[in-house]
Amino acid sequence: MNNIQRRIFIKSTLKSSLVLSATGVLNACGSLNVKNANSMGRVVVIGGGYAGLAAAKYIRMWSANKIEVVVIEKSSQFVSCPLSNLVLGGSKNIQDLTFGYDFAKKNHGITWVNDEVTAVDAVNKNVIMKRGDVSYDRLIIAPGVDMIYDTLPNLETAQNEIPHAWKAGWQTVNLRKQLEAMPDGGVFVMSVPRAPYRCPPGPYERACQVASYFKAHKPKSKVIVLDANPEITSKKVLFAKVFNETYAGIVDYRANSIITELDVKTKTVKTEFEIIQANVLNIIPPQRAGKPAQLAKVDNVENRWCDVSFLTYESTTVPNVHVIGDAIDSNLPKSAHMATNQARICASAIVEIMANRSPDPSPVFANTCYSFINDKEAIHVATVYRYEANKKIMVAAEGGGVSAKPSAQEGDYAQAWAMNIWSDVLT
Amino acid sequence: MKTFFFFFLFCMLATSVKASNIVYAAEVLSSVDSLSNSPHIRTIAASCAACHGTNGNSAGITPTLAGLDDGYFITQMLAFKDGTRPATVMHRHAKGLNIDEINLLANYFARQKRVTNLPPKSEKLQAAHE
Repeated sequence: MNNIQRRIFIKSTLKSSLVLSATGVLNACGSLNVKNANSMGRVVVIGGGYAGLAAAKYIRMWSANKIEVVVIEKSSQFVSCPLSNLVLGGSKNIQDLTFGYDFAKKNHGITWVNDEVTAVDAVNKNVIMKRGDVSYDRLIIAPGVDMIYDTLPNLETAQNEIPHAWKAGWQTVNLRKQLEAMPDGGVFVMSVPRAPYRCPPGPYERACQVASYFKAHKPKSKVIVLDANPEITSKKVLFAKVFNETYAGIVDYRANSIITELDVKTKTVKTEFEIIQANVLNIIPPQRAGKPAQLAKVDNVENRWCDVSFLTYESTTVPNVHVIGDAIDSNLPKSAHMATNQARICASAIVEIMANRSPDPSPVFANTCYSFINDKEAIHVATVYRYEANKKIMVAAEGGGVSAKPSAQEGDYAQAWAMNIWSDVLT
Repeated sequence: MKTFFFFFLFCMLATSVKASNIVYAAEVLSSVDSLSNSPHIRTIAASCAACHGTNGNSAGITPTLAGLDDGYFITQMLAFKDGTRPATVMHRHAKGLNIDEINLLANYFARQKRVTNLPPKSEKLQAAHE
């Protein structure tokens, strides 16, 4: 940023569509002219989930507010995926997990644009939205995941009957209502996509939550888990024990089970081995980097995930475009804590680069991930990851691992985790 | 503990940091401050925020790390590391960090102001949401 007196524009086809930043004024032709001698440049963040919010806040903090940050988010509310399985179990309400963006906007001087991205022009460093466009010096894409319906095309249009509920919101409420309406003795069938997918232990936590509800209220009912993977993907020993002991006779776990056909009307699925009819059906589809990553053409790994540098999270294919969170291709678990970690390494690197310094050559971060096995008890997996310069990836450091057994104390810590990570990204 | 801490920092400064950061004893403290403000340490410290809040100010249940005595922080982390203080997850995090990082994190958190971090207020899910 050598031109400190430069003009930057938020061009808008609809004058009223853009939020004004504290430093800008909207002129008659809809351009935002900012003349800020202190500005080190502008970072645009696409996506107001865990990753995008953390990146926006920490860039403002670590640049002492000298980097302008514009966040583009199409939703007007944040609904937490972590803890959303507890809505299915009945110990949480969707309202407990739903937040506004007010504090994130006003506490850090972030310019907030409630709009949907329709194109990314990486050559001219411009993001085009439905109601305007905005230029950037660096772009961070935190798009989350999109579902892939290639193998079950009739599932996409059947989301009312068979919600994936893998993004928290009305689908979560819908699935809970279906479970409440199901008669005792019914069968809940859920499927787990082949890894990698968002939240590795999430499907197994979901099975526990539904089983916990059945055990207390509908004891003759069953949970059948059709896992496309050869074994439980995360916290394997712990979940296997909970399935076999706590939920013996309720949870029926079946590995290597890929759904090949679906009949929506009868909620019947076919795998290589069997045909199963469900009362309540929950198919979690395979996933890929969300749409903004596709628009920016940074999803270069099998047209699914984004290859990035683990020092800066800059795309290896499109310069000045960074990708963080579940959308990246990596050996790291696609968790909310991990998304915020990547966001902060990216934020820190961008602050250093824009100040003409070098980013940290050896980043380190920690992941703590809790899963509830009922309404009170939780288990963890916790690992520190360190950058390995030879392999150019983050690798697990010594000392990582999982709980010895579920406990209420870890349940309390899991609640504390949620409160603190929400506070960190949303206030 | 303080004596041990400064001795340790001095050794560390003398042995493991870049030449440009090596300073005279009188300047050790300010240099430690700048090392603990480094991108390496600030991002590790921020990684703790998921459970301990932004800049170590807990929004509930977990201990606040902001303003914590640096010597106390170091002894606790070393006790987690060698297993003498039992823990649910902290032994995993302590083992994954090296001694230099633990010392600089102690300095980082000791310098953070104590502020009240609250969890955000939840609200009703709007009909228009996905």
